[in-house]
Amino acid sequence: MSAIAAYPDYSSSINHVPAVPETYNYRVVRQFAIMTVVWGIVGMLVGVYIAAELIWPDLSLHLPWLGYGRLRPLHTNAVIFAFGGCALMASSYYVVQRTCQTRLLSDRLASFHFWGWQLVIVLAAITLPLGYTSSKEYAELEWPIDILIAVVWVAYAINFFGTLAIRRVRHIYVANWFFGAFVLTVAILHIVNSAEIPVSMWKSYSAYAGVQDAMVQWWYGHNAVGFFLTAGFLGMMYYFIPKQAGRPVYSYRLSVVHFWALIFTYMWAGPHHLHFTALPDWTQSIGMVFSLILLAPSWGGMINGIMTLSGAWDQLRTDPILKFLVVSVSFYGMSTFEGPMMSIKTVNALSHYTDWTIGHVHSGALGWVAMISIGSMYYLIPRLFGLQQMYSIKAISLHFWVTTIGIVLYIASMWIAGVMEGLMWRAMNPDGTLTYAFVEVVKATYPYYFIRLLGGAIVFSGMLIMAWNVWKTVSRGRPYDAPIPALQAVHA
Amino acid sequence: MEILIILIPMSVVLVFLAGAAYLWMQDRGQFDDLDAAGSSVIADDDTHPPAI
Repeated sequence: MSAIAAYPDYSSSINHVPAVPETYNYRVVRQFAIMTVVWGIVGMLVGVYIAAELIWPDLSLHLPWLGYGRLRPLHTNAVIFAFGGCALMASSYYVVQRTCQTRLLSDRLASFHFWGWQLVIVLAAITLPLGYTSSKEYAELEWPIDILIAVVWVAYAINFFGTLAIRRVRHIYVANWFFGAFVLTVAILHIVNSAEIPVSMWKSYSAYAGVQDAMVQWWYGHNAVGFFLTAGFLGMMYYFIPKQAGRPVYSYRLSVVHFWALIFTYMWAGPHHLHFTALPDWTQSIGMVFSLILLAPSWGGMINGIMTLSGAWDQLRTDPILKFLVVSVSFYGMSTFEGPMMSIKTVNALSHYTDWTIGHVHSGALGWVAMISIGSMYYLIPRLFGLQQMYSIKAISLHFWVTTIGIVLYIASMWIAGVMEGLMWRAMNPDGTLTYAFVEVVKATYPYYFIRLLGGAIVFSGMLIMAWNVWKTVSRGRPYDAPIPALQAVHA
Repeated sequence: MEILIILIPMSVVLVFLAGAAYLWMQDRGQFDDLDAAGSSVIADDDTHPPAI
């Protein structure tokens, strides 16, 4: 029943092809792919800088714009929405076109989307250091930028779903479901959480107050983890791992179950961010229970991604792009085990507000999100510039090892620091007084902060290797838009 | 916790919409041949740029 594209045969059919064959829109994919690398470097550099500030606070030069409190949201916004966002947009536009065998619905909307998103990022990079913030985590940007985000996002949604609607193959490949859920849900989350009342050009107050606001914030915050940082990147996993390995996903059936299970169970993990707060106890428990349930679909997907290499494990020896992709899925499995565990109230009593949380976030953000994005970009960039492969495969391999070592240093140091902080904070003398003053705990974390800085700097240096490799690759190729292959119906 | 009066019904509506989307796609035959669906993405060859 399904239509399968014939291989385009350039040698024999050249006389029959019209003068200007219809091509895919690779232009917008190229733009987002290059900016993924640029924003990755910027975002991680800010991260390394603020990690250093935690050891040497004078690095802020006593300038308010360089203080930890203002640069930290710049770091999180840059790596999540600029680096991760551009990677998602590049790959979703590539995947939706290739799997639907059709050009994007609108080149103009795509262009508007690209430049609009870059404007959002630049505005964030200006306003956050100046101290303009709504003070909502991962939603710090003030109301004019929030409106711009909503408009750009609608353009993205129209273009993505419009392309699905004009597809030339019957089946919608599973990666598109994940990308579609990401686009749709993030729009809802952004609009609900950013409801705010402006009082001036750069100041607004949230429409919600007190614990209500906290609930909306973490409903948004954790669903952004689920749909921005998980669903979108799972779309990448389901396309780029099979493509790079040259074999279909381990179980397509499981991928469909994975998608629907994730969609049906995700929405209520957020309250685990508010354990032991003014949030009603039963709401906290719901958050914990839903977080534990999520282990099942998450691990189903993780196993599906990794088992795609079943019978072809030897490829991991020689293909550094596949190493990036598969190790990222291993980190996904690890952090989706760690997350539900940390959501258990008893564990959370120890882990909350400690650096364990920071370690957990980075095993997800660096291990899963960054590594799958980097692997996908190494897959995409040569194809977008008419080349067979990246300039240097050895440099990809080096980048892989540098990244892996850096991440391990980062998360291991934060685990130790976090558990130590949790234990020291709760330690009591027999007379009921606290054993340690807060500052003693801060002092005890110094060595681990230094190891974290080292790990982060190593990961950052990997991005510089990538930038060099991309530069060399791009300068040897030229922008290339692949023709859309002719369709041949296969009779079932 | 007035906010839950908005958030919980919204989740329920979204779950039903997702359920409707699933049933609609099932009726459209999206899940009929899941073996071919998995390999179709491999059949699409995106590695053949012209020699530059």
